Amino acid sequence: MAFIVPAELEAELNELVTHYPQKRSASLMFLHAIQEHFGFISKEAAEWIASKLDLQPIHVWELVTFYPMFRQHPPGRHQLKICRTLSCALGGAYALHEHFCRKFGLDPKAHGIQTTKDGSFSVEFVECLAGCGTAPVMMCNDEFHENVSLSKADELISKCQ
Amino acid sequence: MPQEYRLILKHADEPGYTPDIECYLRHGGYESLRKALALAPRELPDGKRMSAQEQIRDEVLKSGLRGRGGAGFSCGLKWSFVDRRSGKPIYLICNADESEPGTFKDRQIIHKDPHQLIEGMVISCFANDVKLAYIYIRGEMPEGAKLLNKAIKEARARNFLGPNILGSGYSLEIHVHRGAGAYICGEETGLIESLEGKRAYPRIKPPYFPAVLGLYQCPTIVNNVETLAAVKHIVAMGSGEYAKLGTPNNTGTRILSLSGHVKRPGYFEVEVGKVTMGELIFHENFGGGMRDGRKLKAIIPGGSSSKVFKAGETFKLKRKGPDGQMAAVDVGILDLPYDFDSLQQAGSMSGSGAIIVMDDSTDIVEALANVSEFYAHESCGQCTPCREGALWMSKALHRMTHGHGRKADADYLLHIAQNIQGRTICAFGEACAWPVLSFVKKFKDEFESRGAADEARHGSIQGATGHPTAASPGLPVI
Ligand SMILES: Cc1cc2nc3c(=O)[nH]c(=O)nc-3n(C[C@H](O)[C@H](O)[C@H](O)COP(=O)(O)O)c2cc1C
Ligand code: SF4
Ligand code: FES
Repeated sequence: MAFIVPAELEAELNELVTHYPQKRSASLMFLHAIQEHFGFISKEAAEWIASKLDLQPIHVWELVTFYPMFRQHPPGRHQLKICRTLSCALGGAYALHEHFCRKFGLDPKAHGIQTTKDGSFSVEFVECLAGCGTAPVMMCNDEFHENVSLSKADELISKCQ
Repeated sequence: MPQEYRLILKHADEPGYTPDIECYLRHGGYESLRKALALAPRELPDGKRMSAQEQIRDEVLKSGLRGRGGAGFSCGLKWSFVDRRSGKPIYLICNADESEPGTFKDRQIIHKDPHQLIEGMVISCFANDVKLAYIYIRGEMPEGAKLLNKAIKEARARNFLGPNILGSGYSLEIHVHRGAGAYICGEETGLIESLEGKRAYPRIKPPYFPAVLGLYQCPTIVNNVETLAAVKHIVAMGSGEYAKLGTPNNTGTRILSLSGHVKRPGYFEVEVGKVTMGELIFHENFGGGMRDGRKLKAIIPGGSSSKVFKAGETFKLKRKGPDGQMAAVDVGILDLPYDFDSLQQAGSMSGSGAIIVMDDSTDIVEALANVSEFYAHESCGQCTPCREGALWMSKALHRMTHGHGRKADADYLLHIAQNIQGRTICAFGEACAWPVLSFVKKFKDEFESRGAADEARHGSIQGATGHPTAASPGLPVI
């Protein structure tokens, strides 16, 4: 399947390149923009970015495999990222993660990303989200949620559905 | 009565205070920038002239401002190391990666008062002849990135940024660059690599000191969000007034992040050194004490990388006595002033200003296992001691928290940690070793009795359960 970037997005990317004296610097911002649009980074996407920035595909692919936020597979429509680091763990993050996993029939012991069969939710543990004073915290797509009690978690799910 | 002193967060939480430029201007915004740009060259008694830029750099040095990102290094000194003769452009990068576990202060500035950061940055860039600057914000703050982009656009529209700022002849561009979930991007040379579009592999120093060989091998300044925001206030108040805040060698205010088992977790801006650890945790103006029926067990004082304190610890600190002589005095952990020097003298550090409190319900082995899992996940993998050691420690702790500990694990953990620190490219090596060294040394009985209990249940682990004794092949079985 050909990898086609809509003209509007390409214009946005062309503008991003002008922010840097060296094109390669734009690769992280490119990956963010592409992932936001397509949901994940495919091999074709990495090749496309590489050719745009005059790089070898490996220069882009090594970023996808290094930076935890970049995905090689499509996630659920609603991506739940639960902080598992110390302050949140003290505040009940593991119970929260388990709660989501049980709701969705996922493995509560798994830390990595798991997606429901219908593709509506994915659940994963992430590291400290810089919101430790209002533990436990999590993200639902780009939204940040604080003091997430189990009942708040249920509300969040029902709002997503 | 110990209380907050809000300088940087003065308006942030006021009802009706919004992050747009109109609101900022109504509150005196960008006046310090006007002041900085309008500074006339000063004639010195020896006939030399001090440019506006030199005057600001001198003010920042005299203010005593120390970096708020982790190391607490003098901001003015850092700026003085910048190679200004290379003929290459000088870059400034604002470190908004905020990812040291326990820390959530930069988020407050970025989300509630982004223009204050922009103003501090423009002044800092002007003072250092920077024409192009970046804000490196962690990927998990998409909202923050949007707010900063909006603030930059607004500032540009009013000519506080862009070409010929306020008719001064000085031009500057600032761009927002997003990280993507890797903690090591907070380390300044890793950050620079990441900004160059590469994996965030920290660079070896020497020779790659950012002040000389930073971004694109050009002189580069990396400063934390809060440090740059403070620069605005130093210019507004003058270094003398700023230095009156806080305590000698620990000047100004600092935003502390308090989390864990306290009644009132949150961020508190205080004069550095004017409030003690005990007040921060127990006073009603701050943490409000332990949850009912609970007692203090441990304190991580400066982000998860700092060495833990045990409740009841006392330290010998050097203090000036009434006779003016320096003498060693005993200070209990709760009486320790929260500042750079006192925490260092007590064997830990104030780091990113993040205090994580644990009460007596905390399983200390579990707590360390949690922290070590973070470091095992975040090591960039360049140095063998860090890459392997962080993983071994985490695996051993995982085993201990899953019923397969051994009494000897405590020493095994110490052995690994001791072989990481001092043997790595960047300070992440210490960051992953220090929690292990301090937790295990200070709570050794808990680690040993845990392991001993497991051994009593299973017999010797080897053979009995089939679980590997060493976390990795090739590591001596002890
Ligand atoms: C592993 C590691 C992680 C770090 N993370 C951060 C961070 O998230 N934010 C930050 O400002 N500084 C961080 N630092 C400190 C930076 O390397 C650098 O010292 C700091 O940004 C300098 O700014 P300052 O002088 O204004 O404090 C980290 C350092 C290390 C070794
Ligand atoms: S100490 Fe760890 S994080 Fe730092 S460069 Fe070495 S492997 Fe990477
Ligand atoms: S520990 Fe969860 S946000 Fe910091």
